[in-house]
Amino acid sequence: MIWDNFRIALQAIRANKMRSLLTMLGIIIGVAAVIAVVSIVQGLNHVIATQFEGVGVTYIMVFPRQDLQDPDLAGREVTLTYDDGLAVMEQAAGLELFNPVFYRGEQTRSGDRRHPTMLLGIGPSHQEVSNHWVEEGRFFSELDLQRAARVALIGRKVIEELELDEPILGSDLIVGASSFTIIGIMEYKGEMMGQNQDDFVLVPITTARDIYGVDAVKQLRLDFKASSPETIDLAKDQIGEVLRRRHRIAEGTKDDFRVLLQEELLERTGAILGTVTSVVGGVVSIALLVGGIGIMNIMLVSVTERTREIGVRKAVGARKSDILVQFLTEAVTISLVGGLIGILCGWGLGIVGAKAIPGFPPAHVPIWAIALAFGFAAIVGVFFGTYPAAKAASLDPIDALRYE
Amino acid sequence: MLISITELRKIYRMGEIEVRALDGVDLEVDAGDYLAVMGPSGSGKSTLMNLIGCLDTPTTGEYILNGHAVSGLDDSELAHIRNSEIGFVFQTFNLLSRATALANVELPLVYARMPAAKRRQRALEALERVGLGDRVKHQPNELSGGQRQRVAVARALVNRPSILLADEPTGNLDSKTSEEIMGLFDELNASGNTIVLVTHEEDIADHAHRTIRLLDGRVISDGRRNRTGARS
Repeated sequence: MIWDNFRIALQAIRANKMRSLLTMLGIIIGVAAVIAVVSIVQGLNHVIATQFEGVGVTYIMVFPRQDLQDPDLAGREVTLTYDDGLAVMEQAAGLELFNPVFYRGEQTRSGDRRHPTMLLGIGPSHQEVSNHWVEEGRFFSELDLQRAARVALIGRKVIEELELDEPILGSDLIVGASSFTIIGIMEYKGEMMGQNQDDFVLVPITTARDIYGVDAVKQLRLDFKASSPETIDLAKDQIGEVLRRRHRIAEGTKDDFRVLLQEELLERTGAILGTVTSVVGGVVSIALLVGGIGIMNIMLVSVTERTREIGVRKAVGARKSDILVQFLTEAVTISLVGGLIGILCGWGLGIVGAKAIPGFPPAHVPIWAIALAFGFAAIVGVFFGTYPAAKAASLDPIDALRYE
Repeated sequence: MLISITELRKIYRMGEIEVRALDGVDLEVDAGDYLAVMGPSGSGKSTLMNLIGCLDTPTTGEYILNGHAVSGLDDSELAHIRNSEIGFVFQTFNLLSRATALANVELPLVYARMPAAKRRQRALEALERVGLGDRVKHQPNELSGGQRQRVAVARALVNRPSILLADEPTGNLDSKTSEEIMGLFDELNASGNTIVLVTHEEDIADHAHRTIRLLDGRVISDGRRNRTGARS
């Protein structure tokens, strides 16, 4: 019986192809919009989540905060030093590892090819703290650090840009005015929010100090690894306290440093994406409402057109409920077919959209979004199909048979 | 007794005016009978037909069809009686235009909740019976008027109802085709089907074995023609 009704519904849709398509348009647009946005947002979310997972939620970065507009910082020399990091490790609870990072933009050169990149001077715990490891070759030894050896680890992007030839390990690379021996290649990380994560040269922090001078390493980035995700908030507070004390920052004035948690970044992007999703959700519900009214309108027309048919069906034994179910099935079928077309359009739109925006990750359509779209389409069909179907079901068979 | 009607009244109110469409009709029809209902327009024959066909319920009076007291039934019970006891043939055929002959004939069986395979077989048998075994996949607009009415007859027969109810079945057909359709009815009656025929044409009514005439909602004559005798 349900199958029969479904067949009747498809027949009716096919009999009026153009009309059915126009009727479905509201649903198609609504569903396509939601799927397109969800697929792009989810693609973004998916990539961000996996990348943060890779970094680890226990990763804490502390940056010196320089802001010329801020009166609290005016006239102060903002520093963040290796000693600050050691003091934090000594006094703050909940931290496991510490890694000082010197950072500076530099020109790299190999043969006649040049490439501007980020030079990072790092300590011995860099791999563990940032969860980023050497893939080929080796990490800096203790001896490298002690002797401020001219050795470097490079990211994939640098190899690509400078078109370095095999064997890369052991070959020389000019960074700024100094020559380094490449001893390792770091694992590939890919892009994150349009930013390449593989464009860097790592050298020992002692080497950086040697080259750029003691003053240059007074503004470091201090990286910490919390002992567990639970202690991260405590660790953040304690880092703040220790640094404020060491930097003699008075009560009520702003910090001259900034503590950045991966978790916060994740939450913040999640919140933005959530807002986007709910705004689109609001727009979509209006589209679905309009689409539903369109379906109701066309179903009322259909019921009037098929009054005779309804009369015949009743004469040969159809009950009110049979007619009701038949027309409800038709309304739901229209909205489900519309939903299906909408999902396909939205999916395509998401893929094209994600490709069109540079640096965006590929679209990702989760199963729940498809289920949700179908569910909403079905609900719209039932909701707006009920009135016309009830009208059809309550027709008097004698009047219906006589209808011209 | 297949049909037993006593003191049947159907009264419509149109504002202040009371219209007595049927005003105390008594009628008994035996199984296997071939009855024609005649009368001028406004005589109440359509109303009687609707009541016999369980499309409507009387204001007062009793109607017993094949043991079912129809008068007090509700909507879905009436639908069930129409489905199992009555086969309709209409003047305008009333076939579903987008469905094939086969699907049209299957329709009553769909509402009888019969499994698809059995439904199909029964519908094919009914179409064979009316001589359209080679037209089952045709849609109504690919069939002639006579063929359409044959499909309608097959649809009426398919549920093996206790009565065939035909409302001006030849009203939209030419005289030659009319004769063919009436021949089909004669055959069906001869093989045991009870037929109630509503018409205003004497030569159509002549096919029946018994004729009742209505005027102003009452039966004014009830005549039986002897089965072997000439038409009177």
